[in-house]
Amino acid sequence: MAQNLRSNRQVSVCLPCRAVGSRPASAPALLFLSLLTSALPARADYAVNLQTPATGLANQVYDLHTLIVWICFVIFIIVLVPMGVALVRHRKSAGHEPAKFHHNTLVEWIWTIIPVLILVSMAWPATQLVVQMKDTSKEDLTIKITGRQWKWEYEYLGDGIRFISNSATSNEQIAGKQQKNEHYLLEVDKPLVVPTGRKVRIVLTAADVIHTWWVPALGVKQDAIPGFIRDAWFKVEQPGTYRGQCAELCGVGHAYMPVVVEAVPPQQFATWMQDQKTQLAAAEEASGKTYSLDELKARGEKVYAANCAACHQPTGMGISGAFPALSGSKIATGDKAGHMDIVLHGKPGTAMAAFGPQLSNLDLAAVITYERNSWNNKVGDAVQPSEIAARKK
Amino acid sequence: MQSPTQTHHTDVYYVPSSSIWPIVGSIALLTLAAGFVLYLGKVAAGPYVMGAGVAILATMLFGWFSTVIKESLAGKYSDQVDTSFRWGMAWFIFSEVAFFSGLFGALFYVRLITLPSLGHADLVWPNFEGVWPSAGPGLNKTITPVGAWGIPALNTLILLSSGATVTWAHWGLQKGRQAQLKLGLALTVLLGALFLGLQIHEYAEAAFSIRDGIFGALFYMLTGFHGFHVLLGTVMLTIILLRAMAGHFTPDRHFAFEAVAWYWHFVDVVWLLLFVFVYWI
Amino acid sequence: MYTATATDTHGHDHEHAPTGIMRWIASTNHKDIGTLYLWFSLFMFFFAGTLAMMIRAELFQPGLQLFQPGFFNQLTTMHGLIMIFGAIMPALVGFANWQIPLMIGASDMAFPRMNNWSFWLLPAAGLLLISTFFVPGGSIGGGWTMYPPLFIQGGIGYDMAILSVHLMGISSIMGAINIITTVLNMRAPGMTLMKMPLFVWTWFITAFLLIAVMPVLACAITMLLTDRNFGTHFFDAAGGGDAVMYQHLFWFFGHPEVYIMILPAFGIISTIIPTFSRKPLFGYVSMVYAVASIAFLSFIVWAHHMFTTGMPVAGQLFFMYTTMLIAVPTGVKVFNWISTLWRGAITFETPMLFALAFVILFAIGGFSGLVLALVPVDIQLQDTYYVVAHFHYVLFSGSAMAIMGGVYYWLPKWTGHMYDERLGKIHFWLTAIAFNITFFPMHFLGLAGMPRRIPDYALQFADFNMIASIGGFLLGASQLLFLYTVVKCVRGGAPAPARPWDGADTLEWTLPSPAPYHSFVTPPLVK
Repeated sequence: MAQNLRSNRQVSVCLPCRAVGSRPASAPALLFLSLLTSALPARADYAVNLQTPATGLANQVYDLHTLIVWICFVIFIIVLVPMGVALVRHRKSAGHEPAKFHHNTLVEWIWTIIPVLILVSMAWPATQLVVQMKDTSKEDLTIKITGRQWKWEYEYLGDGIRFISNSATSNEQIAGKQQKNEHYLLEVDKPLVVPTGRKVRIVLTAADVIHTWWVPALGVKQDAIPGFIRDAWFKVEQPGTYRGQCAELCGVGHAYMPVVVEAVPPQQFATWMQDQKTQLAAAEEASGKTYSLDELKARGEKVYAANCAACHQPTGMGISGAFPALSGSKIATGDKAGHMDIVLHGKPGTAMAAFGPQLSNLDLAAVITYERNSWNNKVGDAVQPSEIAARKK
Repeated sequence: MQSPTQTHHTDVYYVPSSSIWPIVGSIALLTLAAGFVLYLGKVAAGPYVMGAGVAILATMLFGWFSTVIKESLAGKYSDQVDTSFRWGMAWFIFSEVAFFSGLFGALFYVRLITLPSLGHADLVWPNFEGVWPSAGPGLNKTITPVGAWGIPALNTLILLSSGATVTWAHWGLQKGRQAQLKLGLALTVLLGALFLGLQIHEYAEAAFSIRDGIFGALFYMLTGFHGFHVLLGTVMLTIILLRAMAGHFTPDRHFAFEAVAWYWHFVDVVWLLLFVFVYWI
Repeated sequence: MYTATATDTHGHDHEHAPTGIMRWIASTNHKDIGTLYLWFSLFMFFFAGTLAMMIRAELFQPGLQLFQPGFFNQLTTMHGLIMIFGAIMPALVGFANWQIPLMIGASDMAFPRMNNWSFWLLPAAGLLLISTFFVPGGSIGGGWTMYPPLFIQGGIGYDMAILSVHLMGISSIMGAINIITTVLNMRAPGMTLMKMPLFVWTWFITAFLLIAVMPVLACAITMLLTDRNFGTHFFDAAGGGDAVMYQHLFWFFGHPEVYIMILPAFGIISTIIPTFSRKPLFGYVSMVYAVASIAFLSFIVWAHHMFTTGMPVAGQLFFMYTTMLIAVPTGVKVFNWISTLWRGAITFETPMLFALAFVILFAIGGFSGLVLALVPVDIQLQDTYYVVAHFHYVLFSGSAMAIMGGVYYWLPKWTGHMYDERLGKIHFWLTAIAFNITFFPMHFLGLAGMPRRIPDYALQFADFNMIASIGGFLLGASQLLFLYTVVKCVRGGAPAPARPWDGADTLEWTLPSPAPYHSFVTPPLVK
């Protein structure tokens, strides 16, 4: 990823051509850039083109875009030149007398038909590429992606591996209390890992609202629609980390829903899979134990920050009229069972999601315990993972 | 909307002097909307505010149309004004066509695209068939639709007959047979009311509600908006009947009658489509 | 082109303008109502512009500085909604009200009272919409497109927004019926359809689009309302509904809506360019056909807003081809404008400067539209700042700048005073330059991968965002000069002759300036 980003951060990457220096740069883009750069400090972040492609598809999209921009640019010049000539030579102040002509059928036909031909020449490569993009058959592995407010869930179909990928950018960085690091807003706690050189088919859905899974370098952008299944595919050529974001407005956390894909060689991918299975077993075991209130509260605070604080706020006060306060709420200070139910099953018709399928029993127990014993809430009871397991049934 | 007393058509297009009715109409709709918002926000005053909005709206419509009728009777409307009314009504009905196209578009989209693709989404809904009529995969409801050949078929007959009676009334008007005009209109109003009565009965008997998935939603939205238009049409026909009894229409100047007849035929056509695509197939 | 025989503007029983507040509240005069529309639009332009300034202030740097994300989403949503329904559309209807009767030799609009109602629904709708900022849960933050299921989640403000859009829709439909009837039935003797000024033609076709699509929007948002409040499942898969169906309904309205905002702008430009080239419009007939083709195509391209929703390949291809086709009639228009300039006797008054900038900048917007039409490229650019750049090139340097040019062009006829040419030119240059500083870098941001509708962004987007914000502030400040210039012109200035532009040949210039309160009471005879 670092390599990938770096190439995008060079001033010299110019609009219509990727191979820097090998072809003449686009005049307006360069002119514009030189105007800008002369006025600003030399922090060079002026990426002006699509990100460096990492898949065959993205590469073809890149080239198609380059082609179209060039065609448009040439037409633009063809249009501007006579306009410029007229503006200079046919001015009244230059003593030009107006002509009287007001139509010319032949010319009008010509400039109707020629654009049609140009359009056909653009449509041809685009059509071929569309057909390729939509062909999700003959995949090597399938990953189910579920968009949730505001995180991605990945499930390797057939392997039983399932995890949630949360943004890893801290609130302190967002609030400007801490230096923002290099991958600000583009980093997650647990990336999606895929093998290189394999055709990965992704099937997408969403749990609450529409999200869009997007990784520019992979050339994939696909809406995840609640209740429906959509698919797309990619085949990463080079190992690396590729970063993207949710692209469809999905509520207050829309900007904080990054996608990170780590492409690794197939052998390494196999090892990673094995590791995941081992970890899964360990988590299962951890959920069987009993914990003290303090242990649960400490763990719950982290779970709360990652999953609940966006709406209910770190203070537990919510946002008046939109998201209810937990501090002092009847549910969070009332009966344990009621509290577990709303966290496990959510509240239909509101932004409150069902966390039952998203978090481990231990995390669920921890966050509920935290909510019952923080801010103004002093219930004093602890919820154990085993109680969650029982309640789920 | 021309008066029988009119003796000459002026050349100047009648531009009315200033009128308070439009702003009253805006206040009415704003009040209605505000009341509705209060109602949705579960404020007790909501329905009363809505009621006030409806009352202001009714006052406005009464006042506005009274003015128009007075102007018409005073002979202020030239042939050109009459043509404006015709275009205006025609384009208004076109906008209604567009509205129902949207609703029918939703119906066809759900039947042809949504349900099949939900049926194929095994990863989300493992056991869902995706065939119309359906209440969707997540609600656990089965839909028993209203059969086409009971009340709906009868209603089709009623509306088609009402289209015939209103045309018969129009013939009477054109030939100067005022009795035929009044009888035809009265019959049409009666048939419209009968249709509404049967529709309400059908709603009361139906085995599903508007909450029962996409079928319930589309069924009640489509037939409900249609029924609302029948109600409006019946009210307008009643007013036209009253105006006919007051002798407002002459064989060659009676656009108000024609406008309502156009509207009634439009409502008729919508029903035929409803009968075919909602009740029958 | 038009010569009118002597017009009788005297001897009518209500010649003089009524006075006091009731003149405006109860008006049935197309000029007064046009003026109301234009002032309303200007107010809304500044209101939504202020929201844009707040957006650019938050985006000045990465991180959250000024607003929380929820409020930021409200800013972007309301900026879009108000600019479209409160600023651009009412401004164009204002032009229609003032100009159509004057240009076709009619005494007024066909339905003067309904005309008043069309306007006075707008303040009611505006009040309802803006007051959402003050209700629990705040204003709407689901985007101006109001996509479910996100839109289902909001508070009471969302219902208010739906009702407000309903009111604006009623207003638009009534306004459109009025315009279409006026054009069909109120033309002066001799003013055949193919003699009508192009501005009238564009509005005639726009009115048709409005009547055809506004009801579909009403239908879609009514379903939203019942989904939100009455337990229907139109857009909920669990009940067999479909969130994407909303997008189809919305964009079936939404794409023609784009042309509703640009076609009358084409009409304004097609009026200004011949005037200041002192040469008749080139290819009048093909212009009319081009507008009609664009309108027709606008009904069969809507799903190009939805390429990433995952439609079948045949659907993607169909909508790609139809979308690309729009370039043909649009190209014809641009070529015709340039041919009109060719061998004219060109002068550069403020309206002409806006028109020329329109031709160039709208062309850029058209090219980026073509880039977006190609499905594979659109997949990369959908929902990025590239799209934001594209539609601002079409809607700001397109519609809004055409409106500004039109205002300068007709201000002498409306007010009876010449505007301050020097200030007008300064306003033009500031606007044109600031506009490009603001929006050109957004193409790069989108290409490099910055999603739209985010309050906070990754570090590699920081520099262009800062530039865009600086440009945005300049653009916003420049519009204060517009306000000042317009107010100054309304209050006084050099008296305007009946025909201040020697190349202008439409009927309104046969009337004195300002146009008398009642004009063409007896229709002129057009030869």
